[in-house]
Amino acid sequence: MGDHGPAKGFSRWLFTTNHKDIGTMYLWFSFAMFILGGSFAMIIRAELFQPGLQIVQPEFFNQMTTMHGLVMVFGAIMPAFVGLANWMIPLMIGAPDMALPRLNNFSFWILPPAFALLVSTLFMDGGGPNFGWTFYAPLSTTYAPPSVTYFIFGVHIMGASSIMGSINIIATIMNLRAPGMTYMKMPLFVWTWFITAFLLVAVMPVLAGAVTMMLMDIHFGTSFFSAAGGGDPVLFQHVFWFFGHPEVYIIILPGFGVVSQVIPTFSRKPLFGYASMVYATAAIAFLSFIVWAHHMYTVGMPVAGELYFMYATMLIAVPTAAKVFNWITTMWKGSLTFETPMLFSIAFVFLFTMGGFTGLMLAIAPADFQYHDTYFVVAHFHYTMVAGAIFSMSAAIYYWIPKWTGKMYNETMGKTHFWISFVGFNLTFFPQHFVGLAGMPRRIPDYALQFADFNMMSSIGAFIYGASQLLFLFNVVRTITHGKPVSEPRVWEGAHGLEWTLPTPPPYHTFTTPPDLKESEMHG
Amino acid sequence: MRANWLQRRSGGVLPRALMMAVGLLSSLTLWADEPKRWETNMTPSVTEIGQTMYDLHMAVFWLCVVIGVLVFGVMFYAVIAFRRSAHPEAAQFHDNTSLEIAWTVVPFIILLFMVGPSTKALIEVYNTEDADMDILITGYQWKWKYEYLSDDGKNVSFFSSLRTPQSEINNEEPKGSNYLLEVDEPLVIPTGKKVRFLVTANDVLHAWWVPELAVKRDAIPGFINEAWTKTDQEGVYRGQCAELCGRDHGFMPIVVNVVSPEKFDAWMGKKRAEAAEIAALMDKTFTMDQLYDRGRKVYQRSCVACHGANGEGGVGTPIAGSAIATGDVAVHLDVVVKGVAGSAMQAFGGQLNEVDLAAVLTYQRNAFGNNMGDKVQPIDVYKFKKGQ
Repeated sequence: MGDHGPAKGFSRWLFTTNHKDIGTMYLWFSFAMFILGGSFAMIIRAELFQPGLQIVQPEFFNQMTTMHGLVMVFGAIMPAFVGLANWMIPLMIGAPDMALPRLNNFSFWILPPAFALLVSTLFMDGGGPNFGWTFYAPLSTTYAPPSVTYFIFGVHIMGASSIMGSINIIATIMNLRAPGMTYMKMPLFVWTWFITAFLLVAVMPVLAGAVTMMLMDIHFGTSFFSAAGGGDPVLFQHVFWFFGHPEVYIIILPGFGVVSQVIPTFSRKPLFGYASMVYATAAIAFLSFIVWAHHMYTVGMPVAGELYFMYATMLIAVPTAAKVFNWITTMWKGSLTFETPMLFSIAFVFLFTMGGFTGLMLAIAPADFQYHDTYFVVAHFHYTMVAGAIFSMSAAIYYWIPKWTGKMYNETMGKTHFWISFVGFNLTFFPQHFVGLAGMPRRIPDYALQFADFNMMSSIGAFIYGASQLLFLFNVVRTITHGKPVSEPRVWEGAHGLEWTLPTPPPYHTFTTPPDLKESEMHG
Repeated sequence: MRANWLQRRSGGVLPRALMMAVGLLSSLTLWADEPKRWETNMTPSVTEIGQTMYDLHMAVFWLCVVIGVLVFGVMFYAVIAFRRSAHPEAAQFHDNTSLEIAWTVVPFIILLFMVGPSTKALIEVYNTEDADMDILITGYQWKWKYEYLSDDGKNVSFFSSLRTPQSEINNEEPKGSNYLLEVDEPLVIPTGKKVRFLVTANDVLHAWWVPELAVKRDAIPGFINEAWTKTDQEGVYRGQCAELCGRDHGFMPIVVNVVSPEKFDAWMGKKRAEAAEIAALMDKTFTMDQLYDRGRKVYQRSCVACHGANGEGGVGTPIAGSAIATGDVAVHLDVVVKGVAGSAMQAFGGQLNEVDLAAVLTYQRNAFGNNMGDKVQPIDVYKFKKGQ
């Protein structure tokens, strides 16, 4: 068949095994979920605009906080980075496609039904999941709405999708690298995804185990999490966070990878400390398995356990700090320009480090007795997840979209999107540190009067941040339809790597024969 | 059921928008009794261990500020000094092993300084030994039960639930200064005594948190967690449930009155006398008016949130004209005492005493136009419970 183009119509997308098509579908799907999860957040912030109940009732508010978390984590951030991996990993390592293309098709196409199941629960009798995205038992078992079974099934399918996607990424990276591309010459984005994929394969089955135990408790008379039957509600939290803590690094590590590609490009200087970046990523991944109970400092662990988890958690600061220092040193004595991807990446370093600082504060167990389950925690993880994952994702889209489409995005609109996002984000989440410290618990639909001023500020910020994402959508669509054509392979003059040796836009099939690796296109 | 997230008290779009605008203004200017606003830092504690936590918090905070100023200072310097217009030729270095080792080792050493004080504080938080008194705290959806454990077995216990009226929550009346942080009956503890809290839950997870006492402990069904406090400062300290526990998680506050030991003993004496009085009332036969009046108060406290001020229902089923409240007394007793499994209707048998149960049943059977004309006496409730 040779270099044939894609099939026409809907069947192109349904049956495609092409990594670019599948990557595109992942990215659009995740953007749709991002808008959906964002609209849930808007409802939350509208209700919290001032004290009292105005817009929604508490039972629906709880469904909104739960669905916001689930949709953002499992529907927006994770598929977005899988989409990026699909597009970029073959291009970056000189492979013709992913190693397991049919699996790739399947792992995408089971996602929309999974989320259709999850979101449909909102229209069921008794409402959707209302127990928080951490779904602690027994609120999520004995006391759950009937729709919880759909939630469990949905989580199973997403988990299967993630596991298949990760296996594919591991297989691709291990088998399809161009001749001469040793592990320590892979771009850092590939490295971070390689490590992330192992984390996913390790912990998604743990999540599946947790929801299966819930299913058994709800329908088959077991008592894994019910004290009345000899079970243990705390067991649920241990199992959940054994999945959950690696999960938060699954969300952030590919973002680290993106920023490690973007900053060198716009600094016109190689990434500083490539090897230490790889080791730091591996160290963070390892530590993520042995710190889970720092999410449970108030659960009543023995003091020895609590001390251990405190020490281990503090250790995470070391490799994370090394990464931040590396990024900053990459900029040092560079020749910097501030196109939209660079702005998002610098903001990423700044804001993610702020989230790191609050993370260090939260690690100190005695102080955490005051922080735990307050808005201080909400502020902390939004600094790491929104400023970490979403900002790095925005950087990635602006960075690679001219390569993908052969069209340049509108720089002014991109920068406007950045500045509105940056202001809106900080206006939303910075005051949440204050109300959290002052004593406002998380997950409440109404609050005491002393928290009113900062909450109103936070809501205004959230509306601004939310609106700025529509500008992002508009810019992306306009780029595809009306963008200024670009044809030079190296869209950014400072960019290095195999993807920039391909024509712009790249043909439907690329690297059908292995490329010649030039030293200048390699890292390390 | 499905549409009940929409405001039940719907007033059309325009009145609601108007109300929000008024609410917006009032929240900026018109609170009668100003709470402390614009608070940006952790509440200082009135206990020694709480003060230690606060000091640790401030220590890590300043550590982060110093590191942040240095790191971000370097970053913003680089952003300005090495912009292309000022620095057109980029250097090409990309490794420096000694520098990389240094910035791995230095943060590690800084962390070591945090280990000592944190460890010491944590061990102190966990030291629940040698307590002067024990209080069993049980979380319920959505209220707290406090039980003062006593050696003679005659424990004093009561429930403590939100006092803020529904009308304030629904923005029909101005909000008081302790909006959502006020309860019908606060926990009372004496100054200068080490009080040990035994924390558990009856249904789902809760967490008992009072910031000024620096106590936060998860309340877990089937587990008893321990925490403690000791303070010399009398005062009223307010907190909230800190673990998502269902619909009214945001509406189960905690209020602790810390009083002098003398006042505490007086209060305790009063509580014991009340308990004795209830025991005596058990044998009494009440008139319809006595039961009806007492029942109305109990209804306002325990039933109104779900069943409505006029028995019209809401989250719960209507009581006005209901088959249960106008049917067999034994069935009515069964529902109220044991609750309805799988619904929001709780078992009130353990939450209300026999006198209050008798009163509220009588009230429900005769109010809201039910007009059954029959009475339920405490002894009937007692016999029903015994028969279980």
